[in-house]
Amino acid sequence: MTTFAETPFVRARKRNELFAKLVFGAMAALLVTPLLSIVAYLVIQGAPLLSLDFLVSNPSNGMRAGGIWSALLGTIYLVTLSLLIAAPIGVLAAVYLNEYAEDNWFTRVINLAVVNLAGVPSIVHALFGLGAFVLAAGIGRSVLAASLTLSIMTLPVIIASTKEALSSVPRAFREACWNVGATRWQTIRGIVLPNSVSGILTGVILQVSRSAGETAPVMFTGAIFFRPIPEGDPFAYSIFDQCMALSMHLFSVTTQVNGAPPALPYATAVVLLGTVLAVNATAIGLRVYLRSRKKW
Amino acid sequence: MEEDAIKVSPTSTELAEATPSGPEPPWRRRPLEAYAELALEWLIRLCGVSAILFVFGIFFFVFREGAGMLFGKLDLLRFLFTKEWYPTSLSNVRYGVLALIIGTGSVTVLAMAIAVPFGLGAAIFVSEFCSGRVKETLKIVIELLAAIPSVVWGFIGISVMNPLIQELFDASIGLNVLNGALLLALMSVPIMVSIGEDALKAVPDSHREAALALGSTRWQTIYRVLLPSAKNGLLAAVLLGVGRAVGETMAVLMATGHSLNIPRSVLDPVRTLTATIAAELGEASVGSDHYQVLFVIGILLFTITFFVNLAADLVVKGIKKQ
Repeated sequence: MTTFAETPFVRARKRNELFAKLVFGAMAALLVTPLLSIVAYLVIQGAPLLSLDFLVSNPSNGMRAGGIWSALLGTIYLVTLSLLIAAPIGVLAAVYLNEYAEDNWFTRVINLAVVNLAGVPSIVHALFGLGAFVLAAGIGRSVLAASLTLSIMTLPVIIASTKEALSSVPRAFREACWNVGATRWQTIRGIVLPNSVSGILTGVILQVSRSAGETAPVMFTGAIFFRPIPEGDPFAYSIFDQCMALSMHLFSVTTQVNGAPPALPYATAVVLLGTVLAVNATAIGLRVYLRSRKKW
Repeated sequence: MEEDAIKVSPTSTELAEATPSGPEPPWRRRPLEAYAELALEWLIRLCGVSAILFVFGIFFFVFREGAGMLFGKLDLLRFLFTKEWYPTSLSNVRYGVLALIIGTGSVTVLAMAIAVPFGLGAAIFVSEFCSGRVKETLKIVIELLAAIPSVVWGFIGISVMNPLIQELFDASIGLNVLNGALLLALMSVPIMVSIGEDALKAVPDSHREAALALGSTRWQTIYRVLLPSAKNGLLAAVLLGVGRAVGETMAVLMATGHSLNIPRSVLDPVRTLTATIAAELGEASVGSDHYQVLFVIGILLFTITFFVNLAADLVVKGIKKQ
């Protein structure tokens, strides 16, 4: 087989190609390295304190010792309650936008509102939660008020991913269903939702990760600096109580507590980051699995 | 079971029951199930418009708390254009947010100066140079990067970047504009990559093939063909990044040093609009002037991010129309 000798032009071209790939690759790599190095660094620094005992014991000695139990439980409360509020509203809103809404100005306004809701700064959500739920609605600073604030803040996450899941169901499925005489809702209930349920689940999981990490919106609506609760009792908070939250606890031990052992904030950060990343990885894994199984 | 299988035609009584004689009474035409369905459809419509209600709700309630000051004692010009922020001074209370606006601005501008080249570069890499496994992995890592909570970023700013910046730049304090901007850059890059990649994906392959057929190199293809045709999408990506950076609270509260001054270099500490609200809202008593002014800052932030997001949305809509 004869090959042509590389002319200088071709060689220059190949070099150029490789150079471009390296430059852009380096840019991407510089974004990826922080994630890995940060996680590794936090885990190494927090390692001395990380144990099951750390998770299930209350902070003690002015938050300089002990674990994170009451903060962890508070975050679980906030996340669960905000999920219960946001998931139905978000899924139904996406059903409306994808299945009922016509393409007119009103729908465009709704979509714009969703985009803007996602763009409102978290501290403004906090002001809203304080003004609307804590003061105007008279709920007071509580798990409920904080969860309501979180659920409105995370609504766009659920709406966006549910919409995507619904729109990936082919139109032919719906048409077939309508043609055998099913009503719109019967079609949605029997065909569209079952075929997109896992995609919707992905969005719900992402909402969980988002609300677990938020600090500013809960800081003024229900989270409290310190509050010990009975260890090991999962029903220690009522929804009208103020609670501790993991994200705010990390903020407090980092900035407001002096003399804590250096590993304490690291261990807290590892638990928070680990939870959020694990939840996200679950959502991503689910999505990858779904894509591989998709039949249409 | 067998009887059921054999029976092909209905009995006469079944037929009589099934065939309506005369016009159906209304309750037959709309049985309970149909009413339930109707109610459900209205519930779906209500949820559909809820996003609008919430955006108005946010504006209304933030406005309501701040209105007393905004239309009363507050001199808007002095509020926006003086830099004396002494909300708790006993003798002479002054509310000037110029330093805070400059603080937010400086951190955002520096963050974008870092994030835009890297974000768009990574978007180009993901969209043009990668395929298959590598592409999927990179997108997943960038998605995970987006998931890191802002308070964790703030903690990284204090515990990792602070000593690092002190060491590298010989700065007296590592909590400064540079620290905050680096964190904000890392935080806003994921959204730029994902939107930017969408924009590049929307450029038809025939454009790339045409450029290659004319003998252009990868660089030329990127500069002369891809960037111009994906320009609006990339602009939207940058705008969304700006929106994210302006509104970010916890990371800048913890990492920028939170000291009230107009920065002269990137190694000076500053204080931002968002951080001021977060730091002072807990101390201001409900209904006081200070409390209301913090809500006015909230209105200011809401307005800024609203218009930035609106601009991004219009730019994206512009592409879809083409």
